[in-house]
Amino acid sequence: MSAALTRITPEFSVGDRVVIRNCAALGHCRTPWYVRGKSGTIVEIHGAFRDPERLAYHRPGFPERVLYKVRLRQHDLWAEYQGGKDDNLDVDIYEPWLGAAAAAAKTGRKGR
Amino acid sequence: MMTHDHDHDHDHDHDHGDPHAPRKDHDAGPASPYEVLERALRELLIETGVLTAREIADQIDLMDSRSPALGAKVIARAWTTPAFKAQLLSDTRSALASMSIDIGGLAEFRVIENTQQVHNVVVCTLCSCYPKMLLGVPPAWYKSLAYRSRTVVAPRAVLAEFGLELPHSVEVRVHDSTADLRYIVLPERPMGTDAWSEQQLAAIITRDCMIGTAVPVVSANRAAV
Repeated sequence: MSAALTRITPEFSVGDRVVIRNCAALGHCRTPWYVRGKSGTIVEIHGAFRDPERLAYHRPGFPERVLYKVRLRQHDLWAEYQGGKDDNLDVDIYEPWLGAAAAAAKTGRKGR
Repeated sequence: MMTHDHDHDHDHDHDHGDPHAPRKDHDAGPASPYEVLERALRELLIETGVLTAREIADQIDLMDSRSPALGAKVIARAWTTPAFKAQLLSDTRSALASMSIDIGGLAEFRVIENTQQVHNVVVCTLCSCYPKMLLGVPPAWYKSLAYRSRTVVAPRAVLAEFGLELPHSVEVRVHDSTADLRYIVLPERPMGTDAWSEQQLAAIITRDCMIGTAVPVVSANRAAV
């Protein structure tokens, strides 16, 4: 269940550009593969929810995780996307799976 | 469970393709592993006093009482009552509670509004999360691998297969319901329905309209209802 965000301060704000982490979780998680490594924009902060990665193993699910709605452009997701240029995909992602897009871009340019 | 003392060897001369061939009782064969698991868990919960048989039966009744008609009532109310619509969009739980609809404690609900610019469609690629407390049991296709995988990759092709072709000027927005929120689409109210009652409106709000694979349609003969 969602909780008021009194105890947890969200790391990201609405409008922030983020990258969904591209890593393989050892066990249950709720981040679909097709969005890993992709960039999007925070469009909503849903609140704090018990951590599904702990709940899946019969743990109480604490600490709670902030859940965001992240909007990704379909043309960023799929190279061959057939559809309008403004088509989007919204997906709910927990904070540990998100990184700031700028920081990720810097790491990406390390070789230059 | 009822017991039968007559013999179950149905001697008959029907071909197997015959529609009048006797059907097997659903519990005639050996129980599947899931049935055994469910039975064991249910009996344990009752024996240890966690739940009573009555509570389990009541919960089944509650789930059976939910159907797309309930969601349609909510959408029709939102179309006719601006204050209710505003509350439904901002605080879905309280708005539903005001219609005596309890969505339970397992997930939060969100209502996403279609506009002339944006068409929303809902999918759950990870499993098949669905707003059961508002729409009842999901259709089989919603849980199919094809719907779950293709809706995120080629939503317009999937919508076209449902008979819904949208111009590229309309943004198609797919919602992958991956976490603790359940989504229901608030479709646009069709033109020419200004004088309709909530009940008449609810009749054109189908399950698919609330998933986002259809939009409400006013047919010529329906308009005369």
